[in-house]
Amino acid sequence: MAAMMTFTRLSDEEKYERFMQRIEAGEKIEADDWMPDEYRVTLIKLIAMHAVSEIMGALPEKEWVPKAPSLRRKLGIMAKVQDEMGHGQLLLRVAEDLMAPLGKTREDIIEDLLNERLKFHNVFHMPAPTWADAGLIGWLVDGAAIMTQTNMLDASYGPYARALKRICAEEVFHAQHGESIILALAEGTKEQKEMLQEALNRWWEALLMFFGPPTADTTGTSKQDITIKYRIRTKTNEQLRQDFFTKYVPRIWALGLKIPDETMHFDKEKGQWIYRQPDWERFKEIIRNNGPKSQERLELRRTAYKQNAWVREALSAVRTAG
Amino acid sequence: MERRDSAMSEKPIHFHPDGQEALVELLFQLADDDFLLAYRGSEWLGLAPHIEEDIAFSSISQDTMGHATMYYQLLEDLGCGSADELAHARPASARRNAVLLERANGPGHYLREPRYDWAFTVVRQYFYTQAKRVRLESLTKSSYAPLAEVAAKIQVELHYHLLHWHTWFVQLTNAPLEARTRMTKAIQDVAADFAGVLTLGAKGTEMVRWGLIDEEKVLTENTIAALAPAFAEVGLDWPMPFGMKHGNGRNGEHTPDLDEALATLSEVYRAVPHAIW
Repeated sequence: MAAMMTFTRLSDEEKYERFMQRIEAGEKIEADDWMPDEYRVTLIKLIAMHAVSEIMGALPEKEWVPKAPSLRRKLGIMAKVQDEMGHGQLLLRVAEDLMAPLGKTREDIIEDLLNERLKFHNVFHMPAPTWADAGLIGWLVDGAAIMTQTNMLDASYGPYARALKRICAEEVFHAQHGESIILALAEGTKEQKEMLQEALNRWWEALLMFFGPPTADTTGTSKQDITIKYRIRTKTNEQLRQDFFTKYVPRIWALGLKIPDETMHFDKEKGQWIYRQPDWERFKEIIRNNGPKSQERLELRRTAYKQNAWVREALSAVRTAG
Repeated sequence: MERRDSAMSEKPIHFHPDGQEALVELLFQLADDDFLLAYRGSEWLGLAPHIEEDIAFSSISQDTMGHATMYYQLLEDLGCGSADELAHARPASARRNAVLLERANGPGHYLREPRYDWAFTVVRQYFYTQAKRVRLESLTKSSYAPLAEVAAKIQVELHYHLLHWHTWFVQLTNAPLEARTRMTKAIQDVAADFAGVLTLGAKGTEMVRWGLIDEEKVLTENTIAALAPAFAEVGLDWPMPFGMKHGNGRNGEHTPDLDEALATLSEVYRAVPHAIW
């Protein structure tokens, strides 16, 4: 109590200094701890976007849930998409705690998503027209997600770090689920192999974009400097992209697939992968909800939201009465 | 007892040859019922009233798909074809599911303008789960041991499903105005086809004669007894008599909703013949 009284008497600069000392010493910040506004706002944006990306991320795969080609695949993809929704729920709760002092709730996050004030991840604006896309999402998109999320496992904000730990553990299963679909296609008929190559061609650019622009100059803004400063993440976007190449490019080649970038190679002298930059102007358009499937998927959620309005009303009436 | 192994492929498991037809018919009813309802459940993914429900419903649909898989496996073991083929490749006329379970979740498509009806879904799931529980209880005493074993396994999961749908059923029906009106309408709608779930079809008498399952009359009475307390809880009149408004699925009578469902659920399966997925 005495320590707390002393703390409340500190000036904002002194509080900030203590806060930075704590995170630099590797201490975890908890929901009720003092934190600078910039830190809170950065976390809310990051975690709310992560949450709605999990929820929107269920939609491209959802297309393939009823269509999965065997009983085993049907069960597998149902479980996988359910996990993604579970991650969304877990993250919404983390975001809710951070938003509470601002008088905002989960409802606000969902409404911000539907009203396009809150963005979702670039990959989930892309079309998934074949079963191979469903496999590729599991294998490479979840593979990429494991890399960005592992990068934040030691985040200074304790509740997010703990949520990510659980999410990453499940994502490993998802990547295996995706890889198993991909292997069946790669070892399958000519049509199946073609279907797989086309899916890779379609997803390659989105996968490069997945990690975000290399610097703020590319697109005008980037949160990576702030998140590194606050020990939310450690590696830069480009480091993560390079890690992704190191892990997956050899595997892609080993399956007999062609990467749709003839410049792609590992430069031994520089110790890095050389690749063609994606169109970052297009990236900006996509995350402004002008991607190929942005509006269609948002509309799907809006329809469901409107359609179920009576259920929410009924439940809140029950709660009030109780 | 005469054995007719030659007609079967790959060492199938046997029931009494004269009773096998009734057994196969029953297994198709059980498998197709769960398969179609799980499919309808999977269409709801991402569209449920809130995210917690999305997760819970998805888990129930997975269990239900798992139950269908076990029944199709029993059919495979009897030499009827592979489980995947039975689930994906049989035409509508060969399906034995109750019509209630194939009916669409509402207007629209799961990817475009899904104007799905949560009231209909809750009532259908609740009624069906009660009927399923009664049926499973009977099946645990089935003369076909592999079926009795599967039934015992499924029973364990059903307790939670029942609790889930009962909660929704009571909560929404007891809610004011619009919710109660919608639920009352949904109850009428489900009741109009519910006799199709309760019937054992043309081979029902044979099924009972071979000790595979209890009589339709007994199963129906037990299901009604199981549903009755919920109606008392919500203060509504019993929606009798149950009907088969859209046909008797046990006899292969189905609606265009089933054609659409089968086309979707087997789209990839049929895309490359004989492929391994």
